[in-house]
Amino acid sequence: MITILLIVVPFFSGVVSFFIKDDRPRRALIAVCSIVHLIMAIAVFNFYNKTQGPLAEWFGFDDIGIIFLLITSVLFSGASFYGIRYLSDEEKYAHGGVKGRGLFSPEAVFGGCFQIFLSTMTMVIASRHLAIFWVGIEATTLASAPLIYFHRTKMSLEATWKYLLICSVGIAVALLGIFVLAVANNNRADLFLARLIENANCMNKLWLKAAFLLLFVGYATKMGLAPFHAWLPDAHSEAPSVVSALFSGALLNCAFLGILRAYQICAAAGLGPYCREVFTVFGLLSVIFAAIFILRQGDYKRMLAYSSVEHMGIMSLGIGFGGIAVFGALVNMLGHSLVKAGLFFSAGNILSYFRTKRIEDVQGLMSGKTRRLGVLWMLGFLLITGTPPSAIFFGKLIILRQALSAGFYAVSIIFLAALVIIFIGMARIVIFMTQGENTCQARGDDSYNVKGLTRLCVPAVFFAIAIILGLYFPDWLTGILESASRSLGGP
Amino acid sequence: MGHWLDFIGVTVLLMNLMALSSSRIKSCVRIVAAQGALIGCIPVIKYFPCVAPVTVIFPLTNIILKGVVFPWLLLRALRAANIRKEVEPIGGYPFSLLMGVAIFVLSYWVISRVSGPGQPASVLNAAVSFATFFTGAYIIVSRMKAITQVIGYLMLENGIYLFGLVYLKEQSLLVEMSILLDIFVAVFVMGIAIFHISREFDHIDTEKLSQLKDIMATGQDL
Repeated sequence: MITILLIVVPFFSGVVSFFIKDDRPRRALIAVCSIVHLIMAIAVFNFYNKTQGPLAEWFGFDDIGIIFLLITSVLFSGASFYGIRYLSDEEKYAHGGVKGRGLFSPEAVFGGCFQIFLSTMTMVIASRHLAIFWVGIEATTLASAPLIYFHRTKMSLEATWKYLLICSVGIAVALLGIFVLAVANNNRADLFLARLIENANCMNKLWLKAAFLLLFVGYATKMGLAPFHAWLPDAHSEAPSVVSALFSGALLNCAFLGILRAYQICAAAGLGPYCREVFTVFGLLSVIFAAIFILRQGDYKRMLAYSSVEHMGIMSLGIGFGGIAVFGALVNMLGHSLVKAGLFFSAGNILSYFRTKRIEDVQGLMSGKTRRLGVLWMLGFLLITGTPPSAIFFGKLIILRQALSAGFYAVSIIFLAALVIIFIGMARIVIFMTQGENTCQARGDDSYNVKGLTRLCVPAVFFAIAIILGLYFPDWLTGILESASRSLGGP
Repeated sequence: MGHWLDFIGVTVLLMNLMALSSSRIKSCVRIVAAQGALIGCIPVIKYFPCVAPVTVIFPLTNIILKGVVFPWLLLRALRAANIRKEVEPIGGYPFSLLMGVAIFVLSYWVISRVSGPGQPASVLNAAVSFATFFTGAYIIVSRMKAITQVIGYLMLENGIYLFGLVYLKEQSLLVEMSILLDIFVAVFVMGIAIFHISREFDHIDTEKLSQLKDIMATGQDL
């Protein structure tokens, strides 16, 4: 029952948001919706394995799903509190001065789609049926496309179109994969995950392999694994920072879940080693791609986007190495979601202050009024590149240890080299941005200021959680991560 | 019954080739709509005598959406964008046509060699479904206008749907309906996006949507 509510409440609250004319009550509704969702998610956490209800066969949470749900819900709460402040700060800059053309105002569309986006992500995480999972993933694309176009600029429109088309086509490939999987399951269109895992042994191996590849390519497009990541940097740089944070921290994870579901079925059919090879190849490719593109990046939000490609690659590598690395991949995912969301929030603050995404126009973050912002930006950079103590460092360490003990020496060396290059590339950019004289104040142009403590507090809290997780892992979290990694082929 | 299904398969294939060789976007929209509706007729023919909700409601919604609503949405977007013809694709139309034939031959060759539980009722239709999928993908990558890419996307979906019909026993109504709903919303949102693109840019050439790039333009150093 509560599972269904988790999906339905944000959906209806989103639909209602479209029709609220005034901005303030709509923003309040977003905050309320996020809090309700978070409370329900925590409630589900206590008894998720025993959910009963009319649609329990279709929707429910398992050990893996509950982790994704918690991440999504926490991130969305942070994003909504940051977001309502962001929306009121951006009022005079947003929509290129156009207000209220068409049926709904741009902010009404944003508020509505924002909550429907949460609903669709929850639906993806909760679904126990592969086709419904697909429907959910496609719905996330459609609900979030208008969010990218919030600022009503030409560039954001270009990014929206690329996102819509590339993701829709990619996901269509995944749908073909689902049908091929049904063929492998002796032409039965019975796509409930639990039953597929049960029947996995009787499936046709050739068709199952084909299905896994199609599903992998389809969902990897959405997840942003190289070389299918074409939409990702554009969408992340053009979307409002709140949305970029949710994309990076929550949406990409949802797509990853799709690949993990396919992997679960294949592993049950004894195709584990074959799938792990695929994970390793594309994971490594993503890390390499990210390293190449971060090195000469001119846009700090694109830099963060490529860092997301890198982390998706690391998670994929973790699954590919198998063993304890699966646990590492999940820890890395946890850390990445928190830190990357915090970084995108900080990037939003920088963008609000400097009104530019070009790195060379932003200098002196550590001086003047933006001092706190600069500290956060630097801290976020250190955390995301895996400086201890943080959950990301912990995750990377586990993955690397498994890689070495399982004998993936060549892969490990390339992996480490790419990580070093990414560290240098990002350090160069971040140090340039934080040091020197504040360009905005030098121009005498600081009429625009980032108001409100929320916009600094939310990223700070996220960073703090990531650091704490690096020092101390609570037992309940370890337990849930361990049982999740067991169902993904871990020890 | 079998020869009816083969007849539909051949027609679907011919429609692929027509869409590939046509430069008028309006006729492309109509061809893909007709193709979707035709494929939608297959379950009706297959289960003709028996009447159950799955065999009536779903095919009917499917045919109406793909044959009437989608083309209506797309033609509306087309009017807003005020264009008629597609830009000449890379290699020209004869080359596109050749590609279409090559895709079909390759699909047929692959399908006839694959064994296992996936022994389809009709090898021809199985091959056509793959060919439709890849023809759609080819249209997306080779055509410039945003609206033609949506047409390619719809063709790709047609291929997947045909694949499901050829290989699988019936799906549950809930699943079919929600997939259809998704595609409907997708076409709707893409239509709105095309409308905005034509208003902002005065064209809908995706080739010219290239402002977002990676490497610093002048290669200056920080």
